[in-house]
Amino acid sequence: MAMQPAEIEALIKAALPDAQITIEDLAGDGDHYAATVVSEVFRGKSRVQQHQIVYAALRGRMGGELHALALQTSAPG
Amino acid sequence: MTNPTFERIEADIKANPVVLFMKGTPVFPQCGFSARVVQILSHLGVPFKGVNVLEDAEIREGIKAYANWPTIPQLYVNGEFVGGCDIVMEMFQAGELQSLLKEKGVPVSAEG
Repeated sequence: MAMQPAEIEALIKAALPDAQITIEDLAGDGDHYAATVVSEVFRGKSRVQQHQIVYAALRGRMGGELHALALQTSAPG
Repeated sequence: MTNPTFERIEADIKANPVVLFMKGTPVFPQCGFSARVVQILSHLGVPFKGVNVLEDAEIREGIKAYANWPTIPQLYVNGEFVGGCDIVMEMFQAGELQSLLKEKGVPVSAEG
């Protein structure tokens, strides 16, 4: 059961209300996406911590339904 | 409560300066993301140990819990989790991977 971009965005937005999110479908099969997420929550955090925050927002779908999510995270400005 | 799988993981990442938990082997990676990290490490001439999680279901799941990271590959330097494919690529392009390796005393033969 693949995921829709809107569903990914909604999950991330629920956890990071201030986030600016772009999602690109890499393969058109619904489980290979690239996403950029910009949020104040990432400021001062390591890349690993930033990505872990996004994975937590996806509530366990990462690595399961969502096979691949090429992720770029940053704080604004 | 000790976790035998965690103990096996810890033994591996403590015994080898650079460990890549991956799908397939360095010579025959079986996943694009794992292959990309192997390419970066080979390009930098960094000796590393590849652990094929496809041959060990316990490690395949255990490593995700160990690092609180849901995907494979996972790169470890001196026992510390560095990142998955995205982060290793980003660090490589920014030159941060090279400086991290040097800082940890891991030989890097090519700047890249």
